[in-house]
Amino acid sequence: MFEVMRGMTMQVAGTIRDLLPIVLVVGFFQIVVLHQPIDGLAEIALGLVFVMVGLAIFIQGLEMALFPLGESLANAFAQKGSLFWLLVFAFGLGFGTTVAEPALIAIAAEAASIMAEGGVIPAGDAAVASHALALRYTVAVSVGTSLVIGVWRILKGWPIHWFIIAGYGLVVALTAVAPPEIVGIAYDSGGVTTSTITVPLVTALGVGLASAIKGRNPMVDGFGLIAFASLLPIVFVLIFGVVVQA
Amino acid sequence: MNGFVLQLVDTFVGTLRDVAPIALVLVGFQVGVLRRKVPHLKKVLIGSFYVVLGLALFLFGLQEALFPIGEMMAQSLTDPAFVAAGKPIGAITWTDYYWTYIFAFAIGFATTIAEPSLIAVAIKAREVSAGGITAWGLRIAVAIGVALSLSVGTFRIVTGTPLYLYMIAGYAIVIVQTMFAPRMIVPLAYDSGGVTTSTVTVPLVAALGLGLASTVPGRSALMDGFGLIALASLFPMITVMGYAQISAWRAGRGDGGKTPQPQGGPQ
Repeated sequence: MFEVMRGMTMQVAGTIRDLLPIVLVVGFFQIVVLHQPIDGLAEIALGLVFVMVGLAIFIQGLEMALFPLGESLANAFAQKGSLFWLLVFAFGLGFGTTVAEPALIAIAAEAASIMAEGGVIPAGDAAVASHALALRYTVAVSVGTSLVIGVWRILKGWPIHWFIIAGYGLVVALTAVAPPEIVGIAYDSGGVTTSTITVPLVTALGVGLASAIKGRNPMVDGFGLIAFASLLPIVFVLIFGVVVQA
Repeated sequence: MNGFVLQLVDTFVGTLRDVAPIALVLVGFQVGVLRRKVPHLKKVLIGSFYVVLGLALFLFGLQEALFPIGEMMAQSLTDPAFVAAGKPIGAITWTDYYWTYIFAFAIGFATTIAEPSLIAVAIKAREVSAGGITAWGLRIAVAIGVALSLSVGTFRIVTGTPLYLYMIAGYAIVIVQTMFAPRMIVPLAYDSGGVTTSTVTVPLVAALGLGLASTVPGRSALMDGFGLIALASLFPMITVMGYAQISAWRAGRGDGGKTPQPQGGPQ
């Protein structure tokens, strides 16, 4: 317990350094550039204390739970030797973490109403709602699929850049044919899918798999799952736009 | 004070709800498929509680302290009255937005340094590369990437040049760098594109993009407000590979061009 407390104090000290740039930037622009006093200084200071303590506790939990959990899962699957279940797990993890993501729900609803305004899909609440839902599932399936491809790549040891370059080529080609209303949202959907809890877990899983399998290097083969999870949603949402338009 | 506590509880419950599907998948596979006890179960459970609690406090603090002032700032800095500074509104050119570009750069850098998922990936990268990649080196490289991307992105909104030109140029640079960068860094560089746009950065970036798109004449918030995040996921790949290339080049100058590459972790 004492150990944990000491670790926590160190963490809080570390997070002060992490947050200092934000405080400096906000302070500088507010006072020097905008010439405005900072209203509610006490509230802001209190908020910053919450941010600091929260970040410190989160990092502590990261090393106690998320990293070991990702690694032990990777080891367990590697020992079990069942490719099928590993891929089902990868899909489930990607799909499950994305489908309920609040940022995605908001973006999907917004995207559907923009497409209705642009005349890409029929107007009316029912059509908009059903397209928003379809878009949400499209993104969730795409993240599930990207983890499946990513894990498969780690097992095979294929170099990542061919996948990513091909993926970007696909994005560029689809951008040319997709309805313009959906392009911006498609690009942004890649960014919203990778949440703060998914990233450490998925990273630990990838690195754990690459360490557990003979002949794989955790640095070259272990990273890259997040890259797939941010690229494939763009491709899937653009395809969604093309299909809906047709 | 009562409302304060209520809001805190609200954020905590919200975080729990976000975590629920992940927990469900993990527990389901642990019990249904792997049928194996999690090592150090008690520690993992306490750690998971820390993750949820820490994230809830973090988000709550951001909502209380940072987002309101950051969003207000993004609005005031993009306000034509501020940008024109005495000039007639019609005479504003793209150079008058210099404070916007500087703010975009500074806030992009600062929020990325505080981004929890990037901290997680940086810790892992340091572990795996056995210190070959320092956590701070990676975080600063990524933060510079996001900072540049936001400056370029705000410039793009002000001038109204099409997004795809920037994206294609960026991809071309990524492809060329991939051919020449140390092989070890490539997957990590690709990953760092995705982790940057998360809890801290996205809300402020969205405020900046929408603020600009709604005040610059001729821009639509719907079509031009997006795209900052897309650039912010692209540029860090370039700066992280660039960082590795510079490190390798500096290390290689000493021994006749042979670049020592960071060794992988335990095999």
